[in-house]
Amino acid sequence: MISFILNDLIIQTDEKSGTPLLDFIRYRKHLRGTRIGCREGDCGACTVLEGRLEGTTMVYRSVVSCLMPLGNAQGKHIVSIEGLNTEILSPVQQAIVDHDGTQCGFCTPGFVVSLTGHATDQQPSSPHRVIASVSGNICRCTGYKSIERAAISISNVLKDKDPADPIGWLVQHGFLPDYFTGIPEKMHTLQKKALRARMARTLLAATQEEQFLLGGGTDLMVQKPEVVAVSVPHMLFDRADLKQISADQGDCIVGASVTVTDLHASPLMQKLFKRLDDYVYLIASEPIRNMGTLGGNICNASPIADLAIFFLALNSKVYLQDQFSGNFRSMFLKDFFNGYKQTALKPGEILHHLSFSMPGDDILFHFEKVSKRNTLDIASVNTAIGLKMQGNTISEANLAIGGVAPIPLFLKKTSEFLTGKSVSAQLPAQAAHIMDTEIAPISDIRGSEKYKRLLANRLIHAHFVKLFPKQ
Amino acid sequence: MKNTDSIWHVTGRSVYVDDIPEVRGTLYGAIFSSPVAHGRIRKLQTFAAKKLKGVKAVLTARDIPGENQIGEVIKDEPLFADKWVHYCGQPIALVVAESDAIARLAITLIHIDLEELPAITDAREACQKGLLLCKPGVFSMGDTEMTWRQCTHIFEGRADCGGQEHLYIETQGSYAIPLENGGIKIHASTQGPTHVQKIAASVLNIPMHRVEVDVARLGGGFGGKEDQATAYACMAALASKLLHCPVKVILHRMDDMKMTGKRHPYSADFKIGLSEDMRILAYEATFYQNGGAAADLSPAILDRSLFHATNCYYIPNSKVTAYSCKTNLPPNTAFRGFGGPQAMFIMESAIAMAARELEVPARRIQQKNFLSEGDTFQYGQIARKVHIKKSYQIAGQEFGMEKMDREIKKYNKTHPYSKKGLAVMPICFGISFTTKAMNQARALVHIYRDGSVGISTGAVEMGQGVNTKILQTAAQSLSISPRQIKLETTNTTRVSNTSPTAASSGADLNGKATQLACNKLAGRLKKVAANLMEVAIGDISIRDEFVWIKEKKTGLSWQELVNQAFLQRVCLSEQGHYITPHIHFDKTTAKGHPFAYHVYGTSVWEVTVDCLRGTYTIDKVCIVHDFGNSMNSSIDLGQLEGAVVQGMGWMTMEELAYGQDGKLLSNSLSTYKVPDIYSVPAELKCIALEAKGPKEAVLRSKAVGEPPLMYGIGAFFALQDAIAAFNNAYTFRFDAPMTPEKALLGLYSK
Repeated sequence: MISFILNDLIIQTDEKSGTPLLDFIRYRKHLRGTRIGCREGDCGACTVLEGRLEGTTMVYRSVVSCLMPLGNAQGKHIVSIEGLNTEILSPVQQAIVDHDGTQCGFCTPGFVVSLTGHATDQQPSSPHRVIASVSGNICRCTGYKSIERAAISISNVLKDKDPADPIGWLVQHGFLPDYFTGIPEKMHTLQKKALRARMARTLLAATQEEQFLLGGGTDLMVQKPEVVAVSVPHMLFDRADLKQISADQGDCIVGASVTVTDLHASPLMQKLFKRLDDYVYLIASEPIRNMGTLGGNICNASPIADLAIFFLALNSKVYLQDQFSGNFRSMFLKDFFNGYKQTALKPGEILHHLSFSMPGDDILFHFEKVSKRNTLDIASVNTAIGLKMQGNTISEANLAIGGVAPIPLFLKKTSEFLTGKSVSAQLPAQAAHIMDTEIAPISDIRGSEKYKRLLANRLIHAHFVKLFPKQ
Repeated sequence: MKNTDSIWHVTGRSVYVDDIPEVRGTLYGAIFSSPVAHGRIRKLQTFAAKKLKGVKAVLTARDIPGENQIGEVIKDEPLFADKWVHYCGQPIALVVAESDAIARLAITLIHIDLEELPAITDAREACQKGLLLCKPGVFSMGDTEMTWRQCTHIFEGRADCGGQEHLYIETQGSYAIPLENGGIKIHASTQGPTHVQKIAASVLNIPMHRVEVDVARLGGGFGGKEDQATAYACMAALASKLLHCPVKVILHRMDDMKMTGKRHPYSADFKIGLSEDMRILAYEATFYQNGGAAADLSPAILDRSLFHATNCYYIPNSKVTAYSCKTNLPPNTAFRGFGGPQAMFIMESAIAMAARELEVPARRIQQKNFLSEGDTFQYGQIARKVHIKKSYQIAGQEFGMEKMDREIKKYNKTHPYSKKGLAVMPICFGISFTTKAMNQARALVHIYRDGSVGISTGAVEMGQGVNTKILQTAAQSLSISPRQIKLETTNTTRVSNTSPTAASSGADLNGKATQLACNKLAGRLKKVAANLMEVAIGDISIRDEFVWIKEKKTGLSWQELVNQAFLQRVCLSEQGHYITPHIHFDKTTAKGHPFAYHVYGTSVWEVTVDCLRGTYTIDKVCIVHDFGNSMNSSIDLGQLEGAVVQGMGWMTMEELAYGQDGKLLSNSLSTYKVPDIYSVPAELKCIALEAKGPKEAVLRSKAVGEPPLMYGIGAFFALQDAIAAFNNAYTFRFDAPMTPEKALLGLYSK
């Protein structure tokens, strides 16, 4: 039994937890404003809000319902476009009308939901952030300029938002319908019901083996939707023990169910990586960042996994937990990938968290990614570098690159080469030369072999240009 | 006035095909299609699929009661492949089941035994083998052969531009419901309701009057639903007819991308000859259009390529030959611009090549050769009300083109790894269907007794705002509030024999027809008023829902006048029939006057290329566009901005990839990238040219759907300019789109 609130109603359903939330909303509940554009999280026409109770207030994030397994709605407040409608247009809806931000209208509810999600954001609105909120919404009539104008006008209105009671303010100003004020209370009722349901589920789990692990769903729901839809996966997304981002005696620990958004919002990560905003901009779109987890990104072992590349350059360790014994084992992330989409994970094991030594002032780190479309795209080549410096000398180097091998590749030889070298104008070319012997790109939809080799070479230079601008 | 659909759109209450509440007993269809690009079907085994619980039928060519044919102009495309398959994704069978999931599962249980044959995906190769979809087209003027010797400079080259996936966010789909009397009603996401009606009738072997096609709106069309919506509508209709059940066929995205045709890729050879002072004296080109496996609209698209082969330039001697080549790809089809963009890209490539070789900015050549009033187009039409020079001039002044150029040069000097580029893209686009018979439309206007008005036309609303424009036209003709008027769905039972909503002409044709009907009704009502008031009809006018006698408002309201007319048994319904005047074209001589008018404009593009990474941003697009007297500037601006971004997408990131075996590799949104909100030009400015619109345009407001798309071509040439600023050794290659891959390879080419 899955229980959640859909708009203003408590839902209890026996549907499979792998069912896409989209199908449930559209075809079981007949809420047809949530539209199907691609079923792979790349268009945003099916965007809904996912709300969770944090303390006494609700916190909302946008998600694409096509990739959200119903099981991940458990205990949450799901808001579709219908749940935002009242007798009059909300300021978000009105702004889109006023700025002519709708043409064929098919994608429009997705934009409205994303922008309303932005309105609920606890951080102050800004032009940059309001545009980021619709980074996952495609408008093929391409009314982006008008949508941009509408978004900026909404952002201006949100400047007056009361940070102490954002939801109350939004209800008062018509952004959200009145029923939102009663949601926290409903969430308590729901939690009681969910508790009962969970007890029932535990019994069920004992008799029925869960077929596979599922995090945010952003990869598996794309790769094999028909399998997931009829399954009862082992759901990891909301496990509290996998959600930590913490510092522990010089190490930084990141749980497997931490999403890209969680990473981005973490003050610790922001402190450690001063260009974090720039990196996150290159990774997926806001709703996908709200869903995609560290564990999923690493365990799917895609050769261009952005987070895998990122953490390889920090020489991270992964901690694997056996689900039956609870025992842990650990290894370096660079030893975790065995082959194309193959990992060291044994049956019954999950990736629990990873850790890396907290970079100090002597560590220089940078991440680069190039794709056909600058944003909301999969990398042609991505790469990250971590250099430990002693003066002008590199005392330790960790260089990783994606898209040029069957696995997210740790550049062992290049890293070794760089170790002990002084930074000079010639060094990037020498490093790139070695890198070229370590990679084996193939021609595919993300680019020709020739291109990927050239791009990899240029991105090595880009690291150095960025980290040593004076040289 | 705002788009009348806006409120429904922002609340998610607008209804698209898949949103229509389902009738009990609805079944769902899924398509089994060819796994290879070319082959002979030996055996099709559907037994296992039929046996699956919940499957109601597996329909193939044999189940078709009428003609297994969906080609209209050229009958070369079966609804279901029977013996031969000619492209990967060609429909072979339709599984009908109790749910979409069951139907899709059943698809995997169908087995096909095929003899695979070699596939051709390249247009030039097809042409060499004599595989053509229709007769080659030739347009010529003057004598190029004789002119070459007068040219100071002659350049020859090759240009290629890729196709483009429509990517309407609402995929293809239809919902068919059986009616009594052996009829059928089809809710279709189509730009051509009559096309669906006609073909479905022929497939089902019933008269057209038994088929009712209804279209509320489309979630995007862009040409992709002009002809290609028909197949899926026919399948739903066929299943519905045979099983006596409502049947819905909605394509999943990857099926849609795999099965449907796209904008045609073109390959071309060109030769351009210039005088000492940069006049283009002669231009020759050969176009190889990649038509795919069936004719579809390719011949008409080929024609439009010829019409626009010399863009906005007067070239006294020209000869352009165009081949529509048959390949093993899905039949390529209409896409905003309809062959015009490809032809203009080729023309601009020739100019860019000449400019590069002569070391002058391309705009110097462009500017020197703009059309003048009274010049003759290659196809014999005399250019009237030519605004190209004016638009260029204003663009130069208002946007400071020369200053932009100087600042770019300065920037490039000081930024070793970042270069800016500039390009000017002027356009000229003819308005009218190039098939004369299609330039007609009808509107049916009912005035109800309470004074409210319902209007049906042949226009299909797909986001371009045609319904709003028609509503505005009617409100003006009747002098009543737009609130009194409702645009009905587009329905073949109410308005018959319609042209598809295409060629940017929807508002002109249907708006004019509406105007005719409304004027007739207004005339009748004035007569009623004149009788009631006992004054001469010439003294009567209706203004803002009241009857006026000369300059004096009377107490007789619109509503009362309508009621009085009814009581006097005056007809309150009227049909308007409009045909575009003066147009003609003789196909044998390739001369005539095919267009009601032309649309002109100039765009200036500024881009920045990251020379380390090969990525780029479009910084600025400044446009002077000829809207005529825009009747709805917000809708028109939306059309312009949308078209510019779509054109830019075609020229930059949108790259179709087929394998050697003819399989589509860019088959999803994760592998085919369209512009997102970050891809749009940071600055997009548009100045409306001040020029009176022609009377052939509805309310003198010029057609706006397609022309601005071709501004997007400027993105390519601006990027090329920036690449050349970084790499002196860069040889210009006219091979669009300019993806980051091509940009990087260009930056470092030797």
